[in-house]
Amino acid sequence: MKLLFAFISVVMLAIIPSIGIGYAGMQYVFGVVVPYVAVAVFVAGFAYRVLNWAKSPVPFRIPTTCGQEKSLPWIRQNKLDNPSGTPGVVGRMALEILFFRSLFRNTRTELRKGPMLAYGSSGWLWLAAITFHWSFLVILVRHFRLFSQPVPPFVNVLEGLDGFLQIGVPTLYITDILLLAALLYLFIRRVAIPQVRYVSLVSDYFTLFLIFGIGLTGVLMRYFYRVNVVGVKELAMGLIALRPVVPSGIGGLFFVHLFLISSLFAYFPFSKLMHMGGVFLSPTRNLANNNRMKRHINPWNYPVHVHTYAEYEDEFRDKMKAAGIPVEKE
Amino acid sequence: MPDELKRKELVDIEYRPPKKDWMDVAPRFRHGTYIYPAKPKNLKYLDMPNPREWGPAEADWKLPDNWKEIVLNGMRERLDRYRSFKVFMDICVRCGACADKCHFFIGGGDPKNMPVLRAELIRSVYRGNFTKAGRILGRLNGARELTKDVIKEWFYYFYQCTECRRCSVFCPYGIDTAEITMMGRELLNLLGCNVNWVMEPVANCYRTGNHLGIQPHALMDMFGMMLDDIKDRVGIKIEPSFNRKGAEILFVTPSADYFAEPGIYTCMGYLLLLHELGLDYTWSTYASEGGNFGLFTSHEMIKRLNAKIYAEARRLGVKWILGGECGHMWRVIHQYMDTMNGPADFLEEPVSPITGTRFENAKSTKMVHIAEFTADLIKNDKLKLDPSRNDDLRVTFHDSCNPSRAMGILEEPRYIIKHVCNNFYEMPENTIREQTFCCAGGAGLGTDEMMEMRMRGGLPRANAVQYVHDRHGVNRLTCMCAIDRATLTTLMEYWVPEVKVTGVHELVGNALVMKGEKERVLTLRGDPIKETEGDEHV
Repeated sequence: MKLLFAFISVVMLAIIPSIGIGYAGMQYVFGVVVPYVAVAVFVAGFAYRVLNWAKSPVPFRIPTTCGQEKSLPWIRQNKLDNPSGTPGVVGRMALEILFFRSLFRNTRTELRKGPMLAYGSSGWLWLAAITFHWSFLVILVRHFRLFSQPVPPFVNVLEGLDGFLQIGVPTLYITDILLLAALLYLFIRRVAIPQVRYVSLVSDYFTLFLIFGIGLTGVLMRYFYRVNVVGVKELAMGLIALRPVVPSGIGGLFFVHLFLISSLFAYFPFSKLMHMGGVFLSPTRNLANNNRMKRHINPWNYPVHVHTYAEYEDEFRDKMKAAGIPVEKE
Repeated sequence: MPDELKRKELVDIEYRPPKKDWMDVAPRFRHGTYIYPAKPKNLKYLDMPNPREWGPAEADWKLPDNWKEIVLNGMRERLDRYRSFKVFMDICVRCGACADKCHFFIGGGDPKNMPVLRAELIRSVYRGNFTKAGRILGRLNGARELTKDVIKEWFYYFYQCTECRRCSVFCPYGIDTAEITMMGRELLNLLGCNVNWVMEPVANCYRTGNHLGIQPHALMDMFGMMLDDIKDRVGIKIEPSFNRKGAEILFVTPSADYFAEPGIYTCMGYLLLLHELGLDYTWSTYASEGGNFGLFTSHEMIKRLNAKIYAEARRLGVKWILGGECGHMWRVIHQYMDTMNGPADFLEEPVSPITGTRFENAKSTKMVHIAEFTADLIKNDKLKLDPSRNDDLRVTFHDSCNPSRAMGILEEPRYIIKHVCNNFYEMPENTIREQTFCCAGGAGLGTDEMMEMRMRGGLPRANAVQYVHDRHGVNRLTCMCAIDRATLTTLMEYWVPEVKVTGVHELVGNALVMKGEKERVLTLRGDPIKETEGDEHV
């Protein structure tokens, strides 16, 4: 049910611009207004969410330590999994953000007869996740070609690397395949593993379908139904320069692609995709485990009721004296 | 032991989730899976809300009339105060990597014991009340209304989490279920929905200084018995001091260490060690608890109970504090104490008077873990040890959740163990160090009422012990946690009865060759010490 709802939603999102362009001639709306609005929502929404998180303080220093602490000089500290200073934290965060360190640890637990619990390493989720994210980034950077004149050299280099297999005309980009394959795996996994299916929400499927739709329309445009690339670039350059023009004859498929991207941008700040920003702010990862070395300040550390020693002694004084325990007041 | 719990039936686990959507499945309050509510007297003593007689299995929980307002305001307040809570509410992608990392899910199969779903229990309410998308789209966006049934579900599952943080090791965003559970329990506490196994220790600790409610004169009696046993078995008369002003060091340990077996043997180990060193230290009857069940109640309660330690250190005028073997105690000491009740500027940076080592890693909080202290002694060759006295033992080590995942004190205990006994075997690597499995009785769940869940949740730990028992004949499980010493004992009796549980300093106490001791024929437990070949006494 959830899956179907998400699927239909994405199909609807694909149909809207088709109708708008095909029957109502709304090129300007879908080529200019919608992208501008989407980017504005994205930027404002993303900033709002991050600032909103940042507004809440971190009252306690609660890193999850995943290795040996810094203690005695002759015991080797695990500086990346249990950092005690900023360089270690930067290293830990870099590993987390660039290589998904924690997910790499993933294991699969199996209960066998006996009973006997077995733990196997389980790298597929990590592999699919890292493939998806890095491919997405490479594809995004490749798109800089459309927004700049002349094309920056690093974009050309990246394209060269991405197409090094030299298959087909136009050259097949590896990341195109990897992105779709990784998404497909993540989708199949979500449906096939009963526990993951059980916790999945509409939004989990929706995000997968939406990004798949973006990838698919992109691939279709590049390899099968060529659109007017010169026109697309003219549109993109116009958008960037804030002098939007909509050249004619770009092709409806492009507008579907653009509308899905716009949807993703606009949806982003309201969704779990905010993990992109949130991962930087996770207090179990971005703090050094130097708790006993350096006092952490809680800005709202308010006074509380305590049971003082005087109250304690008042209640137990006679018993303490009888037991030979020193007291303050005789 | 719960004879009615058959091992075979217990491991017949259904991992497939039910057909119905999780929002439509209500928990069943079945004996063995929940804890009895807090007695009104305990809540009254602590000035906590809504003290009353009630039962989780009953339909009416006697919530305050404005319960909904209380919970939603409580959530708002905590979202504003804790970035962790806010971020963790927002960024989960439900990848499911955490699912089979929870010992309760592995041993029970209930999908709501998957960390992701445990968090969704509260996230769904967050979406429904604090996010626009959730308010507009409702259930389509994973949002739901806050109802009394939701409160019941929270109670059931937030008291089926031991806040062990194993899932947070595997989460790609470091989402920490302990944080979620702590918030959930704080909210439940606002309504007076709490459990007696937590609130009675809290009330006791507030009044008498320790969880077990031991009054000062009774505490002296308990030490008297331990000291008599030491006299019998070691031949040395030890006279520790209590509440002594001007001592150099204050020693604080969980009260379970001087209350019952097998903790008392660990406590005897401390007494022997500190006596042999001639350390100028004192115990306190006021700060007679290192543990802190406030951690299982609310942040405010952590602070209220923890305040005693610094207050007593100040009153007695000690230079620094030494802490015994405990798990959640060290989470509080390491991650909360200095922030909550510091700065400890009236103390000095800890220096071992025996070795001269400065404990740089404790220079602000000024409290040192006894494993750090003892490892330093051994490294500097300050102890005479005869590990062969522990030759009857084939030992493995259980990393307790908090020392491993909230501190990272992994090598110190291993270093000590390897110097005080000759037969040490590690459990499989997915079950130790930062990946260690909980005893399933932490965070205030270690009561008999909870027996079924404890035996289920303890299966991963017990199974790993079974593994080294089968392969290496391991018969002793060491740990550095008072809750472990109590709960693992029960767990072992059920799953691996050949294995007994011990603290690290019990082994130290046995191996320690002391000035003026008599020939040791008995361990601190009173078991005969095996005579080794070539022993001069043969």
